[in-house]
Amino acid sequence: MAEIEAGGGGGKHKGGKKRGKKMSTRVDFTPMVDLGFLLITFFMLTTSMNKPQTMEINMPVKDEKVEDASKVKASQAVTVLLAKDDKIVYYFIDPVTGEPQTPQITNFSAGGIRATLLKENKQRNPRLDSIPIYKDMLNKGSINEDQYKSYLSGIRGYKEALIVVIKASDKSRYNNLVDILDEMMICNIGRYAVVDITAPEVEMLKTVNLE
Amino acid sequence: MPKVKVPRKSTSVDMTAMTDVAFLLLTFFMLATKFKPDEPVVVDTPSSISEIKLPESGIMQITIDKQGRVFFGITEQTTRETVLQRMAEKYNMKFSAEEIKEFSLQSTIGLPLSQLSSYLKMDAEARKAIQTAGVPTDSLNNELGDWIWQARLANNDIRVAIKGDRDANMPTVKRVIAILQEKKVNRFNFITSMEKAGE
Repeated sequence: MAEIEAGGGGGKHKGGKKRGKKMSTRVDFTPMVDLGFLLITFFMLTTSMNKPQTMEINMPVKDEKVEDASKVKASQAVTVLLAKDDKIVYYFIDPVTGEPQTPQITNFSAGGIRATLLKENKQRNPRLDSIPIYKDMLNKGSINEDQYKSYLSGIRGYKEALIVVIKASDKSRYNNLVDILDEMMICNIGRYAVVDITAPEVEMLKTVNLE
Repeated sequence: MPKVKVPRKSTSVDMTAMTDVAFLLLTFFMLATKFKPDEPVVVDTPSSISEIKLPESGIMQITIDKQGRVFFGITEQTTRETVLQRMAEKYNMKFSAEEIKEFSLQSTIGLPLSQLSSYLKMDAEARKAIQTAGVPTDSLNNELGDWIWQARLANNDIRVAIKGDRDANMPTVKRVIAILQEKKVNRFNFITSMEKAGE
């Protein structure tokens, strides 16, 4: 393969004048290609291309007496308990008695907590229907990304919309927390909070054998 | 029938174009990527649909692994140096200039401050071999809280990112979040990976 052509030189010399051999200017590039690909392989293996993704979370400010916290209707809130074995227990507050309703057990599958949250949120937030319309407008280019985001947060923050209180039990794992926060985004729930689990709720989990 | 003479062609190919392509790709990879930081633990992050990218600098990263060990890291080398010096002052410890230099090269640390000095004296191979205990988080010896606080003092705009393993147990995660809240960090990020299709 490697050849440095040495042609065209030589020949007859008449006057005894010595001529330098005419060397070809062609160089064999094969080793250079080898080197190039070796380096590519090295960089592909040792570097990372994609930046990690993140989800942002805001926690409520602690040790501050919030007396004038806006009262939410009890019927508006759902409490989601993250239990062991990737199970979820959720319950609503009965609007009449003010007592917790019977807890329901579900899981993280699409037909599980997501279906419930979507259904409940839709009942309370009629403006959710306009999200696909805005999305369509964004795709057509009649509104820009920022406008779409502000519309979206406006819809998500609707006053009567579902409020989710997330409480993770000690038997759940970190994946569950991230998954449920993900569901908040999927179900367009603007108002949710991650709160410590309380003793009665631990008891509740015990009665359904998930603690 | 006359024989058709096939002209003999040289088998050597011009490699110039291939070299061009190879080096073009090489340049692309060198510019578009960055080196993977050497992390003391492998953490399998949960997936999410979130598409917010984590900025490359100004990050304080708290890693929680499967066993509930907590690791702490800062992206900037200068901030690392400042933070270590302040931590040393606070805990009445002395670190030599070499140790501080060595510390500033560590992307993540996960051991109590008392063991840090001997850890920094080890070479890279020995460091990999030992199992570190993680940064203490309990309320009596809340070193993680101090690290966070000093990092915030050193860089006011620092952002907090929590990188937890899928199977990290909730009490540890809750404890870390509680420490963050104690230190008045109420806004932080969870590092996640891309949601796989069909999940």
